[in-house]
Amino acid sequence: MQKNIIGSTKTSISTKKDKGFRYFLLILPFLLLTFAFAYFPLHGWIYSFWDYRPALGLAGSNFVGLNWFVMLFGNPAQVQELRRVMTNTFAMSFLTLGTSMLPMFVAILLNEIRFTRFKKYVQVLTTLPNFISWILVYSMAFMLFSTTGMVNTLLQDLDLITTPIRFLDTHRFTWLQMLGWGIWKGLGWGCIIYLAAIAGIDQELYEAARVDGANRFHLMRHITFPSLLPTYLVLFLLATAGFLNNGLEQFFVFQNAFNRANIEVLDLYIYNVGIASGNLSLGTAVSMLKSIVSVVLLFTVNFISKKIRGESII
Amino acid sequence: MLKDRIFMGFVYVFFVLFTLACVYPFWYLLINSISANNLSALRQINLFPREIHLQNYIEILRLPGLSQAATISLARTVIGTAFTVLASGFLGFMFTQQKMWGRSFWYRAVVITMYFNAGLLPIFMTMRTLGLTNSFWVYILPAVVQPFNIILVKTYIESLPPSLQEAAEIDGAGIITIFFRVILPISTPILATVAIFAAVGQWSAFQDTLLFITDQGLWSLQFLLFTYLNQAASLAALIQQTGVGGAGAIAAAMQQTPLSVQMTISVIVTLPILMVYPFLQRFFVKGIMIGSVKG
Repeated sequence: MQKNIIGSTKTSISTKKDKGFRYFLLILPFLLLTFAFAYFPLHGWIYSFWDYRPALGLAGSNFVGLNWFVMLFGNPAQVQELRRVMTNTFAMSFLTLGTSMLPMFVAILLNEIRFTRFKKYVQVLTTLPNFISWILVYSMAFMLFSTTGMVNTLLQDLDLITTPIRFLDTHRFTWLQMLGWGIWKGLGWGCIIYLAAIAGIDQELYEAARVDGANRFHLMRHITFPSLLPTYLVLFLLATAGFLNNGLEQFFVFQNAFNRANIEVLDLYIYNVGIASGNLSLGTAVSMLKSIVSVVLLFTVNFISKKIRGESII
Repeated sequence: MLKDRIFMGFVYVFFVLFTLACVYPFWYLLINSISANNLSALRQINLFPREIHLQNYIEILRLPGLSQAATISLARTVIGTAFTVLASGFLGFMFTQQKMWGRSFWYRAVVITMYFNAGLLPIFMTMRTLGLTNSFWVYILPAVVQPFNIILVKTYIESLPPSLQEAAEIDGAGIITIFFRVILPISTPILATVAIFAAVGQWSAFQDTLLFITDQGLWSLQFLLFTYLNQAASLAALIQQTGVGGAGAIAAAMQQTPLSVQMTISVIVTLPILMVYPFLQRFFVKGIMIGSVKG
């Protein structure tokens, strides 16, 4: 009996190692896919040291060393351009981070509603915009807010205005407008994660507080809100790490000749420089800098998270 | 309590307005696409459809390329979702296996890819090297491993009692059997959530067509919508020339205008999501609740 047990532990240690490696082999195909589509393309960063012309190929293009980087930070016109793009990026990111508590507050309010059917309909219908593409959002924006759109026609029919208001083709309020569409699309969906977290709060906390004479507002402020803060913090940290990633699609579909100066965030700028104006190498140089800053941000945020929460986010 | 009543009154008003703001644009597109086109062009259809007709849909569905694009979109949604769900489920599960060689290293290597991007030109060159430009698989293969979904599944599986796997191991089941027989069946809420994310992502994507596809036979519906929106005026003219024609009031109500073309195509692209959505919606909260990032 005794012998048997010892024997079996020995074999289980050696099979454990084999097993560990076999498990690795099982996920290897997926790791290869990740390598192929996320890591392998990084070698393309060398294009930022060339003046790459697609027609000539890399061999035929001129090697320019650090010229693009020198130009980015040395050429006054380019510096001004970069400053404008970074202003837009920072503005959009700060506005988004600044309103990132909104879904939590809306979820807390929605949770106060006792009329279950109403609550359910609100929840279903407000998540709808999250599921359509930015092209469709733009299509709707155009139908409703263009100079001949529904809103302008209605205001004119009511004799409130005489000339149509330019909502879309204007350089004014571009950031707020983009923020607004972002909120329209994401607010209902953003609530869901908090509603789920609210459902997980221990009901006894509420009962105990009620016995102590707490009213609705006390409960919201001292129980629901603090219980949601940890979830909020994780999402906030993740969003901070993605500070430079505003995304391309939203800004791409909404951009026009009037708002271009204010709408060009980093992602759109990289597209416009690289693909639309054909300076592929400069585009690559900018996106390389962006990725490096993003990863540094991620590790910083992760470090902060470890310090204050005792837990890393990745 | 009066204060309480007033407060709840405001809360209800807020949610009614918020919900209307979310739903109205959808409703506006729908009623305009089925109303008389001349009224619609004058923006006289704001609340309810008038002089309902389906001529817009009949004409649009005849446009060349539409059925091809719909097939591509449907195929990438079905195939892409299947791959993503299986891969997310499997990887999420495997990354919970403490025994795996280099587990946390590989996990981080996958998750960190959310935060960097080689850039458009390097990615384009890679796709070309791999022979994926102008290939249907450019829609599928890059989307198989999705870090965010893997995190969701992993967190969910970590919340399950480990005794489930241990019991199956004692019965002699291998890791693959355990995954398919034990883990998959009890992970339906989170996998349904991943499926919705993946399906909506596939259905709505248009950037990949923009960058990697020049062959019109591989255009997705979203991309077609994008090009149609840009050239609605010429399309309307095209339909007018080749369409039913005829004179008088009926023709005016049914004559294609740039606006009617845009609205109708928008509705056609949105409709599939609206139809599937209510059935899948009940999974969201359940799935996210258990798989969500915990504080």
